[in-house]
Order: sequence, then structure tokens, then C-alpha cells
Amino acid sequence: MSVNEKTWKPKVVAFCCNWCSYAGADLAGSGRLAYPAEIKIIRVPCSCRVNPMFILRAFERGADGVIICGCHPGDCHYTSGNYYARRRMTMLFSMLDFLGIERGRTRVEWVSAAEGQKFANTMNEFAKTITELGENRKLGDLRCK
Amino acid sequence: MMRKFAAAKVEDIIKSIPMPVYAPIEENGLVQYDRYEEGAKLNLDTCKTEKSPKDVLFPQWEDMMHFRVEGKNISLTEQERCSQDYVLFGARACDLKAFEVLDRVFLVDPVDTYYAARRAHGITVAIACGQPEDTCFCGVFGIDPANPTADVVLWKAGEEYYAEAQTKRGEELMANWETEEANAADVEPVKAEITKKLAEKPFANLSLKGLDGDHMMEMFGSDKWKKLSMACLGCGSCTFVCPTCQCYDIRDYDSGKDIQRYRCWDSCMYSDFTLMAHGTNRPTQVERYRQRFMHKLCYYPANNEGLYSCVGCGRCVRKCPMNLNIVKVIKALGEENK
Amino acid sequence: MIANELKKRALELLADGTVARVLGWQPGELEHDWSPALFENAKDMEGFVYGKYAGANLSKYCLKLNKAEGKTLVMLKPCDTFSFNQLLHEHRLNRENFYIIGVGCKGMEDQNGLLLKCTCCKGKTHEIYDEIIDDEEARQPMPEADRFEQVSKLEQMSHEERFEFWRNELSRCIRCNACRNVCPACTCVKCVFDNPNSGIASKANVTDFEENMFHIIRAYHVAGRCTDCGECSRVCPQNIPLHLLNRKFIKDMNELYGDYQAGVGEEERTPMTSYTLGDVEPGIVHERGNE
Repeated sequence: MSVNEKTWKPKVVAFCCNWCSYAGADLAGSGRLAYPAEIKIIRVPCSCRVNPMFILRAFERGADGVIICGCHPGDCHYTSGNYYARRRMTMLFSMLDFLGIERGRTRVEWVSAAEGQKFANTMNEFAKTITELGENRKLGDLRCK
Repeated sequence: MMRKFAAAKVEDIIKSIPMPVYAPIEENGLVQYDRYEEGAKLNLDTCKTEKSPKDVLFPQWEDMMHFRVEGKNISLTEQERCSQDYVLFGARACDLKAFEVLDRVFLVDPVDTYYAARRAHGITVAIACGQPEDTCFCGVFGIDPANPTADVVLWKAGEEYYAEAQTKRGEELMANWETEEANAADVEPVKAEITKKLAEKPFANLSLKGLDGDHMMEMFGSDKWKKLSMACLGCGSCTFVCPTCQCYDIRDYDSGKDIQRYRCWDSCMYSDFTLMAHGTNRPTQVERYRQRFMHKLCYYPANNEGLYSCVGCGRCVRKCPMNLNIVKVIKALGEENK
Repeated sequence: MIANELKKRALELLADGTVARVLGWQPGELEHDWSPALFENAKDMEGFVYGKYAGANLSKYCLKLNKAEGKTLVMLKPCDTFSFNQLLHEHRLNRENFYIIGVGCKGMEDQNGLLLKCTCCKGKTHEIYDEIIDDEEARQPMPEADRFEQVSKLEQMSHEERFEFWRNELSRCIRCNACRNVCPACTCVKCVFDNPNSGIASKANVTDFEENMFHIIRAYHVAGRCTDCGECSRVCPQNIPLHLLNRKFIKDMNELYGDYQAGVGEEERTPMTSYTLGDVEPGIVHERGNE
């Protein structure tokens, strides 16, 4: 499939923890801070709810980038969920890297409920990175194209 | 009529065939049937490819049709059937016999049109097995590796291939080959040599006595199955390398926009094989294991005038991670029924 | 040869009622095609063998035998004891249901020579046993090899080369599930790939994505629990070097969270079920290794 560079917009999935990052996204919204509309937020109870399979399936279904946002380390609503998520995501990202998937398609960012500005900035930056990387070809399901 | 050509020329001949050719190709140390393309490493001397040429007629997965929902309409696009002649080059006697076994499943009413189209368009070029392996026991099932049934048969004698067309299509194919006249009598020693070699193989004298449709209940009720299947892991290696295993599953893949209906090989070794609303009727690996061998040695011959659905290629003997195989089953159950 | 000693000891234990059955190996039809087998009495035991073709890791079968009545005598090679011990840590096995004879091993073979898994031997020490039967020869150390050599080599490649490498390897996968079914760490009662309701159960790799996903998830699900027994690569009918995926996880965990070997010693938290406050951030992945 050819990509028309002028019209192509990346699809980005953001898994946001209910207690911090999702509230951060809310704050970004009520503060009228702009971030790309291509970012689709999926609310999860905690960043450690994100099963590695969720990320793979997001790519399967046509995502070009996946970002996981959770509470800052030490601030988890469930005390330690984000610490586990940190290890899990490190391992998964490393494996994707090992299989030759481009760097930068996956990211973890800690965003608190007070950081609306950080949320918007992170999303703008991430969308830019993904736009530069282009369409996800290596980890998608052709049937979904 | 017997013709011959230099063995070194075989690749030129394949290149000259004006249609797709599927042949044993060596890649990463494995020899498998694949579409021949310039530069591919042809390997016609390996007796047994890793998987059988079943893939050519009945691929591991096959796109059948697509659905698309738009508003209140559902449109359906059916995949086209194979409409172009192709050549299957280098198949062995056991693999070709396996096609007969598949035919009796797919070509009886209701005919499987996907399979039928591929079968009708295929031209087979067989090679007599110069070097049977230790795991070969096709002779037990009445297959003669020195005389395969195909459109064209090749025998390798020294540095030459002897070739004989057995059908009209084979003659047409061979008409374009650069060959010289040869004497059919020259092939006889080659055939004798093959027969001799096969007879010396460890499984050459397996007895199928007592293994057939008439002994169904004895075989089914045998208390040996538990012991035989004990080490079975329930993987599908044996079924996927088998040239006659024909079970498949039809599934839908919903991409959100389109639905793809495809079929893929299934394995009676799997816990979700023929899963029904009430669960499965083969709850443990003992029943699944029994099913596979009962099908090969009992149910199939009972429904097909005694034709076994094992051709003795020995791929399962080679591939089972735990070294369980049909030979052990034949030995264990056959003796019991004597 | 310790086979006779093993047989004698097993017969004693069967006779005095300590164990109800013996899990060992039996010969096949050819020279090298030995299979795991259960022996329940002295007559069965006539078919017992042990030697260089006893490559299979018997720990996986213990899962099924855990519910059997009476004790099972299981013969475990040093590397197999890691798997057994790991299953004990995960409470998948009850120690009291098994009598373990640690058997000596001098490297296992198949018709093609020394098994790949034996080229990176984990040593001659049994992690768990009731008694050990070995001989002088079985205590000789194997030549040492760097088990991460190939992983490191891949890490040094460019992304494109690595992608090519894995496409080439994984595209051969026929989804027979042998790697999953043989794995002593794969103990889910119902695997997600067998569950028609999971939405990802597929009996064939219809696209590249499915090949990738199956192998990533298979390796990921045993990360931190994989003892590197090497059975996955041994059984692959398509010769895919699956152990490299597992070793990549092991190497990463060793480097980022400290050296760890699953199946050693007493029960403890694995790297994937524990954390420290100062763990590296996932972004580190993008800075390590070759671009």
C-alpha cells in the first residue's frame, strides 16, 4: 500500500492509567491544550494492566505507535503496579528491538493528574516521532490494512 | 518410450518448463517443496523432504472468501480456483500415493473445488527413490518406490536420468525436453537396486496383519493405547508433516472492515480439535492419539476398500519430538491381534 | 554404565513400595529413537534404558503424574532438575509425590551428534534429588561455551538485518506447537492460543504478524521462569532457533536486574515478579546495543 505523505496520519494508541495519566489527559483537555487527534486513548485501571498482548494487538490492528502512560514511580494508586509495568515494558520493548522492529514505536511515560501540559507535550512529541518513522509495516496484520 | 538426459541438465529442463514448477528446494539446511525460481538451490537427491508435497495441493492455510458489510448489504468475494497448469517435480512414490488417499476425501461428493482445481491442473514428475532412508517403509503398504505412478517418471542411473512418460500429459511435457533415445532395459538394474535397498531397511518387514477395518473394536478397545500414548506431547508435528493427514478447520478473521474466511490444517492431536458446544469427545491425549492411528490403519481402510491412509514415508518417525510413531503402534497392536 | 545401577535401584524402590511407578526412558525401533516411558512393575522395567539418547526433559511429564496415586520415581539429569525445581517454586508440583534420582549425564545426543542444548551445559550439579546415581565420567565438566554468543551477535546487527534474520527463521514455523507443548515452564491449563474465545487462537500462521506474535508471547510468558533447558529448539521440526528468544530475555534480565537463574535453590521472586525502586526506565532499550 502506498502512503501519501501529505495525507497520511499516524495512528497512535495511548494506554492511560485511570488515576494519573487519564486525569492528566482530562486536564490537558480542560486546559485547551492541543495534541493530535490521531491519538486514541484507552483507559486502563493501572499501567500494569497492560498485557504485552494488548500492545501487539494494537499493532496488529493498524496502530503505528503505542504509548503507555502511568503514575510516576512511587505514586501508583495500587502502590506498586507501575513498577511491575516498568519491568514488563522494558522486556517487551527489548524483544521487539531484538526482532528488528524500529525503535521509537513504543514508549512509556509517567504523567501525573496535575501534568496536563506534560501530557500534551508528550503526545505531540510522540506523534511527531511516529510520523517520522512512517507507517508500521513490520508488525501489522496485512488483513487489517 | 524411454528417453534419457544428463543429470547435470535437469535444472535446465526445469527452467525450460513454461509453467510454474514446484520442486524440492534446499534452504537453511531443510529441503521443502517450493516454487522453483532462478537461483534457488534444487535438491532432487534427498529422499524425504521435511514436509510432504501435500502443501502444493492442499496448503497449510488457504484464503476461501471475503465478506464486506456496507450498510445493509453484505458483499461476498470468492477466491478464484487454480486455473493454470503447473508441474510438481521430483515427487516420490509414497507422496504420489498419498494424493490418491487425499483424492478419496476431497474428490468425493461434495467435491472440494479448491482441491479439485489444483489436482486437475497439476502435472507430476516423479523420481524413483535411489536412496531410501532408514525410516522408509512404503513397501509395507504395497508401494513400489522404483515404479511411481505419475505423468512422467525419472530414474537416476549414474550421471544420467532416464525418463518415461506414463500419460499423454506427460508426453506433451516431455516433448519440449532435450533428451536422447534410451533403452528401457537399462533401467531394470536401477529398479532392482531400489527394491533391494528398501528390503534391507529396518522396517521393511513390518506386518499389518490384524490391522484393518475388520478388527476395529479389538484395536479400539486395546489397553495398549495408554502406554503407547504416554509420552505424546499433543503437538501437531506428525500431522503436519504427514502426506495424508487431511483434517482442516475453517475460521473467520474479522479485521474490523472485512471478514476473511480461511481454512487451515487442523490436528487431531489438539485439545480443541472438533470442539463442540458440549466440549470435546476426546478429553485426554490417549483418545486423541488413538484417533490418529485408528484413522490411518482402521477407519480409512474400512471405508476405502482396504486402502490404508499411511504410505510409509516415515516423516512422523523422523519428526516426533519424543520418538513416538506409527511403526511402534503397528508393532504393538499388530502382534496382539495375531 | 549407570543404566544397570539405575534399573537395580528402581526395582528395589518398586519392590519395597516406596514408589508406584518409574518415569524413565525406553528404547525405540532404531538406534537413537528413545522415548520417555512409565514403568509400573518389574516386567515393565526390562525395557528400561539410560544413556546418550535420553535427551528428553522428563519434568514436563511430572505435571500429569502429580495427581497420580502413590509416589512416582523420576530420573532427572542435572539440567532437568532446574525445570523440576522451578515447577516446585510455582507450586505446580508437590514434592512428596515424587522420588527423584539425580542421574549423571555426559551430554546427550541424537542421530546428528551432541544436542544443541548440551553445548551450553549448565553443569553437573543436581538442584533437587533424593539420591544421586552417577559415575566418574558423568562428573567430567563439559567444555565451556558462551551461551549468549549468538544473542550478542544478533544484537550487534542492524535492525534491518535482525528483521531479515527473524523473518527468515520464523517464516518456516508450521505452528505445530511442539515448542510450547514440550516446554516445562508452559503450564497453563488452557493456552491462550488454544482458546477460541481469545480472538488470537489460530491454527496456522496466516500472516507474518501471527508468526511473530506467537513466538514473542511464547517466549515472554516463560520469561523469568525459563531455565534455558533448550527443549524448544530440540523439538522444532523446522529447526528454528527458538532458544535465542528465551536467551535474549535471560540476558536482558541478567544485565538489567542482576544475574538470575530460574530453578535454582529455594523459592524466590523472579525478575518479572519483583521490582526495585531504582529500576531502569523502558527507554533504556533504545539506547542499548546497535542502532
